[in-house]
Amino acid sequence: MRMSKRLSAVLLSAVLAVSACSGGTGAQPAADPNAKVTLSYGVWDANQKPVMESLAAEFTKTHPNISVEVQLTPWADYWTKLKAAATGGAAPDVFWMNGPNFQLYASNKVIGPMPGQPDLSVYPKPLTDLYTFEGKPYGLPKDMDTVGVWYNKTLFDAKQVPYPKDDWTWADFQDAAAKLTDAGKGIYGTAAPLGSFQEYQYDTIAQAGGYVISPDGKKSGYGDPKTIAGLTFWTDLIKNKQSPDLKTMTDTTPIQLFEAGKIAMYWGGSWNVSEFTANSYTKGKIDVAPLPRGEKQATIIHGVANVVSAKTDHPDQAWEFVRFLGSKEAAQLLGQKGPIPAYNGTQTAWVKAHPELKLQTFLDSVSYAVPFPVSKNTAAWNEAELTYLTKAWNGEVPTDQAATDLAKAMDALLAKE
Amino acid sequence: MNRGRAREALWGYAFIAPTGLGIAVFYLWPVLQTAYFSLTEWGAFGGHTWTGLDNYRRLADDPEVGRALVNTLTYTALGLLSIPLAIGFAVLLNRKGMRFVGLYRTLFFLPVVTMPVAIAMVWRWLYNGDYGLINYLLSLVGIDGPNWVADPATALYALVVVGVWASVGYNLIIFLAGLQAIPKEYYEAAAIDGAGGWRQFFHVTLPLLSPTAFFVSVVSVIGSLQLFDLVYVMAGSGAGARANPAFPRLQTVVQLFYERAFVTNDRGYAAAIVMMLLLLIVVLTAAQFRFQKKWVHYA
Repeated sequence: MRMSKRLSAVLLSAVLAVSACSGGTGAQPAADPNAKVTLSYGVWDANQKPVMESLAAEFTKTHPNISVEVQLTPWADYWTKLKAAATGGAAPDVFWMNGPNFQLYASNKVIGPMPGQPDLSVYPKPLTDLYTFEGKPYGLPKDMDTVGVWYNKTLFDAKQVPYPKDDWTWADFQDAAAKLTDAGKGIYGTAAPLGSFQEYQYDTIAQAGGYVISPDGKKSGYGDPKTIAGLTFWTDLIKNKQSPDLKTMTDTTPIQLFEAGKIAMYWGGSWNVSEFTANSYTKGKIDVAPLPRGEKQATIIHGVANVVSAKTDHPDQAWEFVRFLGSKEAAQLLGQKGPIPAYNGTQTAWVKAHPELKLQTFLDSVSYAVPFPVSKNTAAWNEAELTYLTKAWNGEVPTDQAATDLAKAMDALLAKE
Repeated sequence: MNRGRAREALWGYAFIAPTGLGIAVFYLWPVLQTAYFSLTEWGAFGGHTWTGLDNYRRLADDPEVGRALVNTLTYTALGLLSIPLAIGFAVLLNRKGMRFVGLYRTLFFLPVVTMPVAIAMVWRWLYNGDYGLINYLLSLVGIDGPNWVADPATALYALVVVGVWASVGYNLIIFLAGLQAIPKEYYEAAAIDGAGGWRQFFHVTLPLLSPTAFFVSVVSVIGSLQLFDLVYVMAGSGAGARANPAFPRLQTVVQLFYERAFVTNDRGYAAAIVMMLLLLIVVLTAAQFRFQKKWVHYA
């Protein structure tokens, strides 16, 4: 079958864009503060698109000359498309940024530092630090997310397993996973997938006392025995058949299995709230507990920031919109429908939106949260993580060997940054 | 050349100019640029430094290039199965007195006009190890089917089946046209000489279809060598194809190019990968043109 039309179009536009942008930028037209301006706003979450649109409408109420068009690109293609667009100078004026990609965009001057002296003290420090490059903030945090264990109360009741306590440990978790597994019914205690490390490997690595990348961003931590303990936590669950094997999870993702009642405990984020409360199966059947404690208690904290394209035609209006999105007012609106707002003190609305769930869990865990591991070209070693660990997850290579191989490959990639 | 001839030539060029310009801007220029980029190290957002043949040296040492080539060539070779299948169906549809020919043609052609991504999504579900239709049907006769696209032993063949299924319709329409271009007199003459249905098929139909088969084979080899979308949609879960345990058997050249160009920001190397693919396509197509003398009969 031929290469898809869409890919060819992307390649073509990328090539054209590159040749086009060598043409030099003409003089900027003089900014007219009263001119009608339409800003494009790039986002990747379909669940959040409605709330982003209502925020945009709210912004236009106070800024009648600026309208905002929310452009949704699904997560799977978001970064590919954004990179091609940014190469051609056609990135959205304002767009969502995440930790793994931030340094790449900032160091290549695709996004610009924020003008003026924004007050960053109203956001959690790990988040503003994440979006600071060479001492300058490049955007305002929009939301934050931490990780918890979503559990199916119906399956717990059926096996008469007590619900997880706030101070539970790895041993408690493993014990529950064993008791909840029912091979005859095709029900697994939990799922140990390989894909998004934020909710799985990175958390258990931190809980085991290991690390993914050294603080200076030069060395991989995958060779560290404690890091390996954080990985074996998962591969053991597969070995003991308390998680589906990797082949099964490739065919059917763990979240689909959880929403079909085939998995009792699902490690997920605070971002799953809107999906789980809307899904007809999980609605009313589930609750959330903190991550179990290993050598220490830990969860990964991450958050999305709003950033401005360095090549936007309307920088003043774009930053004005980012300031609005980072305001208390916008955070309160966001918290009613979307993820946890990053603005300190506005999270109560988010917690109260679903009194039937212990959502306070996600806020309480901020106190022991660890930052998301990133470097300048995070994507390069993220790919290596999958290449090497797939063999361990599929049982072809012992976990410790796969991890030490990965450490070598990752060190080589970091040396090139 | 006299003035009239020159004028005529000028008009000729004027008429092909729109297409020629399109080809130059959208095909030729990108190819030349890609050739140039393959000799550079290219940043994530443009900006490049000359590195000479470094990228090509890397190609030779990269184990993923080797396996991607093996997978791509295997897929391409097996994909040719769609030619005998298409000939068989075309002959059946071309029989005299066949009813509902229009309906059958539409059914066979449907996959061709369906978006590849939609096809891949549906087949992904059919192939699902636990909830797929194929394994459900197998379970009725007591067979425990594998995770078709996640098992290294079956994954590539599962994709071949989809690729063949999706291309039979297109090839069939071309063969139908080829069949209808064969003069009836040949069959009448063969019948008078006492040739039965099978003899007619092997001694009249097949030789006279060989130019069509040659065309189809050239086009489908070029298409198969660029396999990407099936791998992208069918092999990946949320994390993409790389977390699939069958990935080493599924990685294709264009898939590798995609990862280097758009995932790991290694665009110079990605350019070298597609230049290698271009060379492979040129060599295989040239070989087919040379080899056609042995089996293609032009009436």
